[in-house]
Amino acid sequence: MQLIRCPWCGSREEVEFHYGGQAHVSYPENPAELSDAEWARYVFFRANPRGPLAERWVHAAGCRRWFNAVRDTSTHELLAVYRIGEPQPEVAR
Amino acid sequence: MTRVAAGGRIDRNTELAFTFDGKAYRGYAGDTLASALLANGVHQVATSICYGRPRGIMAAGVEDANALVQIETPFPEPMLTATTVELYDGLVARGLQGQGRLADLPDQARYDAMHEHCDVLVVGAGPSGLMSALTAARAGARVVLLDDQPELGGSLLASRNQLAEWVSAVTSELNSLATVRVLRRTTAFGYYDDGFVLALEKRTDHLGAAAPPAAARQRIWRIRARQVILATGAHERPVVFADNDRPGIMLAGAGRAYLNRYGVLGGNRVVVFTTNDSAYTAALDLADAGAAVTVVDARTEIPQHPAAECARRGVALKAGHVVTGTSGNGRVTGAHIAPYADGKAGARQGIGCDLLLVSGGWNPTVHLFSQARGKLRYDESLGAFVPGSSVKAVRVAGSAAGVFTLSGCLSGAADAAVAALQELGLSSAPPALPSLDAEPETTPGLVLWAVPDKGDESGPCRRFVDFQRDSTVADILRATGAGLTSVEHVKRYTTIGTAHDQGKTSGMIASGIMAEALSTDKHQVEVASLGTTTFRPPYASVAFAALAGRDRGEIFDPVRVTEIHPWHLEHGAVFENVGQWKRPRYYPQRSAAGSIEDIDTAVLRECRTTRESVGMMDGSTLGKINVQGSDAGEFLDRLYTNLMSTLKPGFIRYGAMCGMDGMIIDDGTVARVSDTEFVLTTTTGNAAMILDWMEEFAQTEWPELRVNLTSVTEQWVTIALVGPRSRDVLASVAAELDLSNEAFGFMTWRDASVAGIEARICRISFSGELAYELNVNAWDGLALWEALIEAGKPYGITPYGTETMHVLRAEKGYPIIGQDTDGTVTPQDLGMGWVVSKKKLDFIGKRSFSRAENQRPDRKQLVGLLPVDRTVLLDEGAQVLATADLSQLPVPMLGHVTSSYRSAALDGTFALALVRAGRERIGQRLHAWQDGELVSVTVTDPVLYDKEGARRDG
Ligand SMILES: [Zn+2]
Repeated sequence: MQLIRCPWCGSREEVEFHYGGQAHVSYPENPAELSDAEWARYVFFRANPRGPLAERWVHAAGCRRWFNAVRDTSTHELLAVYRIGEPQPEVAR
Repeated sequence: MTRVAAGGRIDRNTELAFTFDGKAYRGYAGDTLASALLANGVHQVATSICYGRPRGIMAAGVEDANALVQIETPFPEPMLTATTVELYDGLVARGLQGQGRLADLPDQARYDAMHEHCDVLVVGAGPSGLMSALTAARAGARVVLLDDQPELGGSLLASRNQLAEWVSAVTSELNSLATVRVLRRTTAFGYYDDGFVLALEKRTDHLGAAAPPAAARQRIWRIRARQVILATGAHERPVVFADNDRPGIMLAGAGRAYLNRYGVLGGNRVVVFTTNDSAYTAALDLADAGAAVTVVDARTEIPQHPAAECARRGVALKAGHVVTGTSGNGRVTGAHIAPYADGKAGARQGIGCDLLLVSGGWNPTVHLFSQARGKLRYDESLGAFVPGSSVKAVRVAGSAAGVFTLSGCLSGAADAAVAALQELGLSSAPPALPSLDAEPETTPGLVLWAVPDKGDESGPCRRFVDFQRDSTVADILRATGAGLTSVEHVKRYTTIGTAHDQGKTSGMIASGIMAEALSTDKHQVEVASLGTTTFRPPYASVAFAALAGRDRGEIFDPVRVTEIHPWHLEHGAVFENVGQWKRPRYYPQRSAAGSIEDIDTAVLRECRTTRESVGMMDGSTLGKINVQGSDAGEFLDRLYTNLMSTLKPGFIRYGAMCGMDGMIIDDGTVARVSDTEFVLTTTTGNAAMILDWMEEFAQTEWPELRVNLTSVTEQWVTIALVGPRSRDVLASVAAELDLSNEAFGFMTWRDASVAGIEARICRISFSGELAYELNVNAWDGLALWEALIEAGKPYGITPYGTETMHVLRAEKGYPIIGQDTDGTVTPQDLGMGWVVSKKKLDFIGKRSFSRAENQRPDRKQLVGLLPVDRTVLLDEGAQVLATADLSQLPVPMLGHVTSSYRSAALDGTFALALVRAGRERIGQRLHAWQDGELVSVTVTDPVLYDKEGARRDG
């Protein structure tokens, strides 16, 4: 079982966390102005790389705070964790 | 008796009685069932699963693929290896004839789990593990050392007391340190991420009936280690030859362990068939114990030291020979040996023997390392895979790392510990190595997987690879002949490696035989390129009872009950599970004659009483979320499809929430408490999900909004008081409250004292009737319930459960999110376009409503269905068809029934359904398909009762 470092609580076991999908997919400024295709892209499409991916996680059974993490999808290694609002850190692969 | 006169680590003063296959035997404390059987001359233990061949004991540890037994007493357990069952007084076992038998009585033993954290975890307490643990312990690290045996020492226990004093000194030192935990009888069975290792401790298995009932029989250790050292040793590998499965044929190291550790000489005329030096120790030890020994070595060049030692003892040595087959009816009586050159065996001759020891080399036990995502490297000289990459915070020491000299193991293990300590920032001085006798120089072994066979593979002579699965060389050749080239495919085709032992003695050999089979004159297939099958946890069998631990029965999953639960129990409610909640489904009445109402009668009665007079329901499980903050209104506007910020304190609004895709995810009421506070309700089963959903938006998308969310589900008890006489009932216990429509209108709330209890009363209705929802502090809930029941008596009040609630709401066409919807349904599909605000610029899901897909006129829409025969109850889930003509396949399906009930008010059955272009079909005749028959139905508006809403105000 992996350890995940909550930016508020420190390292905790992964069962305390829930996954929240790709991070930094922000809600469009004005959805009404988007074409159906553009809106569908926002609603349904997410990156699926092999390698680092910025993701949302929530410390569901702990402080209940959401945060972002960069995870290598091929090894599951969490390369960085950072708070909501902080810029995505550069990570070495 | 084959027990030698003296020696071994058994306690000859403690005799133990046991029964095997119905016969009584005696053994000693310190025996395993296997060693005790051998001591009694019992070699045949089991019968093979496919061919019914007699099978014996092939190993002295967990790797045994053969000696499966069924334990009968004290508790039936199937499929244990005789080599891992410690003997206890009163043990009753029998050899497995094929499959085991599961217990048919409940296991009364306790199982539990422990969480442990340490700096250094050392797995395996052989010479390497002891050295690593000692090094780490002396540096002050918190150490956990675990080993599957009852005493520490590992491979040294099978020796003639080699380093015995050192082992006992190290054991005492480790036991004396508060920073060290030594776990015996404990098997690490899985390495997970970040130093997390699961281990199974067998705490009282070895005590049999004498096990104290209060002590946990087995315990799962959940160990989180900053550094892990794997000193898991190696398993000896057999060589495959014809009829290699007879009782009396065992691994050379096992033969030595039975002699030196258990004082059992497995045979008097012994043939040792080897391809490497290691088996000579066994040959020499058995010869010294009085056996007549012949060594058959596949190598033509025999190293000087073992050759000289053999000569000194009169041990016959057949260099350049192999065993090609065996004789025997049951136990082995002879070995067929033949000269071996250029990969071919020559003319055979027989040697009589009653024990045949085999060694084809050693496979490092790399299971945990591989589970830690360590890469393996094929070592050609060992004919085995060894750790081939570094893994963060994991080190491998000793023979698990492919080191096969004692001095090399000890120094390597100390080095591994020093390196681990360094990463922990602990300085260390490795302890002095114990002094060792000079070890003879080892010479490389010959890698030989299977002795070539001229015999007919389909005949009675078989070359077994996986004994437990009765899989042979021929099976592998059949697999490769069928075109399989991957070890994973061959494993599944032949089942090699899928038994309880997971191929510990067979997997490597199978890869080797495959490589040879796939190689042609032009193209050599290397074992290295075939690799191994995946080493999945668990390393050894783990009982489900141990994994479950204490989380079984009532505490398997939490059960949530409301404060009024005791009353429901007392009044005979029948419960249903809603998520983790126990909710009353209905309250069957007992007649004077003692008969109990069935569900249909009870529900019809509850419905009728409620619609005609008054009923009440415990609605406490409803999800309740308190939303506070200066931006609370704005926040709810963004989440709900309708406007909440314009709601005035004291008022309530129904609201729906959609996902980003415009599909409805929940609905409920929103009550405004003050300018900065709302209380909203969610569907019972959705409460946690909706809170998470809201929290995610509050934290990630709109962190600028000042809003806080708290679940208050369990803080409030909620009672629905429903029916035309509900006002009268409430008036009798809330004298100070003006209950007139003018003073207390629909969709408003008031705080008032009810039967002396402070209550928040909401005028909302989920049934279409005049209704009040009373919310009180949880601890007052039962008192209020009882007061209302009492106050309702003059009106014949009935408590009702979820079933009646469902009927009443369905008669009114109110959908239940998650029952009448399935994540593909918009508010418009439900006919609730009115709940979608046209004023708001945006809210979650709004943009999706205008997508072409969501505008299609032929979307599935919620409608009512009335069976033409109003006694027929439609099945929920039944498909709805446009035509009764089933000759044209596929029959076009229009949708399905989502809710279906018998109704007192409608005097017959009715249903709700999602039907393609349903609203256009109102009045049409459709058909539902259930139980192989068509049921004709008429499509109606979903609201079937009191369309005008005349009953709402009483
Ligand atoms: Zn946290």
